[in-house]
Amino acid sequence: MFGLNQKDTKFLLIVVTLTLLTPFLLNPFPTDSAMAQFNAGYPALMQRFAIYGLMAIGFNILFGLTGYLSFGHAAFLGVGSYSAVWMFKLLSMNILPAIILAMIVSGLFALAIGYISLRRSGIYFSILTLAFAEMSYRLAYSVLTPITNGETGLQLNLNDPRVLDGVADTSSLPVPGLFGLKMNSTYTLDIGAWSFDFNVGFYVCAVIAILGFYMSLRIFRSPFGMMLRAVKSNQQRMNYTGLNSRPYTLAAFVISGIYAGLAGALLAAMDPLAGAERMQWTASGEVVLMTILGGAGTLMGPVLGAGFIKYCENIFSKINETILHSWFSFLPDSLESVVVWFFARFVGEGWHLTLGVLFMLIVIFLPGGLVEGGQRIASWWKNRGKDEDSSNQPAE
Amino acid sequence: MSNKFSRRGVLKSGAIAGSGLLLPTYLRAESHSGFTNAPTGSEVVFGFNVPQTGPYSEEGLDELRAFQLAVEHLNGEGDGGMLNTFSSKALDGAGILGKKVTFVTGDTQTKSDVARASAQSMIQKDGAVMITGGSSSGVAVAVQGLCQEAGVIFMAALTHSNDTTGKDRKANGFRHFFNAYMSGAALAPVLGNVYGTERRAYHLTADYTWGWTQEESIAASTEALGWQTVEKVRTPVGAGDFSSYIAPVLNSGADVLILNHYGGDMVNSLSQAVQFGLRDKMVNGKQFEIVVPLYSELMAAGAGSNIQGVYGSMNWNWQLQDAGTQAFVKSFGEKYGRPPSNAAHTSYVQTLLYADAVTRAGTFNPCGVVEALEDFEFDGMGNGPVLYRGADHQCFKDVLVMKGAENPTNEYDTLEIVETTPRAQVEYAPDHPMFAGGDLGQCNPGA
Repeated sequence: MFGLNQKDTKFLLIVVTLTLLTPFLLNPFPTDSAMAQFNAGYPALMQRFAIYGLMAIGFNILFGLTGYLSFGHAAFLGVGSYSAVWMFKLLSMNILPAIILAMIVSGLFALAIGYISLRRSGIYFSILTLAFAEMSYRLAYSVLTPITNGETGLQLNLNDPRVLDGVADTSSLPVPGLFGLKMNSTYTLDIGAWSFDFNVGFYVCAVIAILGFYMSLRIFRSPFGMMLRAVKSNQQRMNYTGLNSRPYTLAAFVISGIYAGLAGALLAAMDPLAGAERMQWTASGEVVLMTILGGAGTLMGPVLGAGFIKYCENIFSKINETILHSWFSFLPDSLESVVVWFFARFVGEGWHLTLGVLFMLIVIFLPGGLVEGGQRIASWWKNRGKDEDSSNQPAE
Repeated sequence: MSNKFSRRGVLKSGAIAGSGLLLPTYLRAESHSGFTNAPTGSEVVFGFNVPQTGPYSEEGLDELRAFQLAVEHLNGEGDGGMLNTFSSKALDGAGILGKKVTFVTGDTQTKSDVARASAQSMIQKDGAVMITGGSSSGVAVAVQGLCQEAGVIFMAALTHSNDTTGKDRKANGFRHFFNAYMSGAALAPVLGNVYGTERRAYHLTADYTWGWTQEESIAASTEALGWQTVEKVRTPVGAGDFSSYIAPVLNSGADVLILNHYGGDMVNSLSQAVQFGLRDKMVNGKQFEIVVPLYSELMAAGAGSNIQGVYGSMNWNWQLQDAGTQAFVKSFGEKYGRPPSNAAHTSYVQTLLYADAVTRAGTFNPCGVVEALEDFEFDGMGNGPVLYRGADHQCFKDVLVMKGAENPTNEYDTLEIVETTPRAQVEYAPDHPMFAGGDLGQCNPGA
């Protein structure tokens, strides 16, 4: 089906199902329970899971397949966002023109940066992309303020032209939509103590992310993907056999840049604001972390990594000492304050520490990322009955 | 291996999924009550969205302390702080409209995207009815826009740019803190008195919107005084080393250096300017001087002895002697063992003002709150009589002109109050050119 073999079709269908059921999967705890703190099924976060997942998928086409580590992907994310917001300001609140322009502009941008950066490989390539991204950030932050609105970020205004939308009501800002379907409309389903949010914006992102995933699946399985893998395994040998590898790497760079631009456009579509920090090097580093954490070069890994990091950022950072005190209130006072003090280092403002520790553990014990962890559990599960078999007995 | 997706299998699972969705459903009560996150239970949730990591985390954490103190006082715990001195007596320390105040916190990392993500989670997940916080104008403007769209109130804390209540003003957003224009208007006459009207000023400005608005404001008000502006030089944010910018100042013929920097940048640029010996120079027959238009306690502590005698402005200082300030400093000091910063003060006051507006309006509906806050006059919050102007949602109050203390007696006594500039002197028209181009729009109650 879909030009895929049976195993991949099954894989794709599993991904589709999981994505569409996200509102249920991320809200496993009843709304009023103490564990509701760990629910992540609210629209804004689900949208981010899908969007950053999409970006990581695109990044993985470059990093996972060719091994070229770009430290500048946030620049494409930012360029995509700015293009999209300008479309909202000038043309229409419909997200389609915004997405299309963002993909074109980020593609051209990636072409220009890639054309120069790909003359080098390894660490030099990483540094070049980092320099370009940091340059874009600085430009957006101050020099290009007329276009980017600098530190304040590009926002919609009541008196923007929006030529295709005609004269709308001028008392409140319009909301981005898809032919009248507003991105921020949410249907809340209550079942018993649980409540699940079905948000239009999330499903738009999810459908686009699934398309992106399908594209990347096809690329992974195509001769083009094989060529990219060859670049990773030994580019020199490839060149010696007379193949020019640069068009392939450039194509991969542009494709992943377009993915990032698309992700940027979706960010703007869900929340019409584009700020310069979106292009900062920390944002580029985040994508690298996502990919490595999930498992570089695997299809599903980057998505898992993106989800993992966004979850930490949004859920752990919101646990404060008051909440910790309510959790540990059953302990005797002196012990409680010690325990709370200890855990407070890892939540709230200390969430970076949690992420850092988990990242170290994963890189040390699961070099293949979360995907490797999943595979190990799966193989353990498959083999658990076979332990008593004689197959594992040492030969005597 | 046969196809695992048999028609029967697909139909079966489809039917199961379908019947799951058809379970008795009903919309949440909130969506019927006419505004976003109407509190239904016995509690109401505030969202405190401050930088807990990154360059402004010191300010953010101090704001957080003030917010927690305000919540305690609203719920009737502690000594009540400024509730006792506040001119409006609507609040009685039994929560707000009979509901106990609870709060959620978030880390903005001083990044607009993260701040908005955190605010969204407070609104969508935790049901916050009011968001407050901020330590950078970019973040404040971004979150203010979000709150306008979502239909909750945003009570801006630390944000000094003219834009927050200028071209980016929003009907659901309110600012108690002063702004760059007020700094200029308050500072210029004092500078004129001590340094004379025949000065040549050299600006070093953080190269982003806040720096620009402050540079524009200060240049305008000092030029009105008769000063000349020799040069305006933009410096990158977070430069660390400013020596290459300071060296040219010596040969420019300027005799005053104005540092439009904030946070760590200001600490570095000021320290380096002092190390270059600028303040020991005589130029044009006058002593060379340095001015830092926006001061904060935390910056003053960072710059150490370099700030002695340097003029700047503040929204509020813990050394004021009025009853409101004393009550606040006392309860803050008892709880945390240190005096509050002016960031903490504005955060605390904003929380009380919101609670008071809700009580007077009799509803948490943002439109009711907006109506109650617009053109609201109050006193007893440490700044003398204050007006919340309805036209742009900016507070108008006295501004403090400060000077680095010559002989600090302890680590918190780094600044001394030179003058309290009366409110009339820092007022401006809502459509003043530095604030023009904005539109409040209509208040948005959301759902």
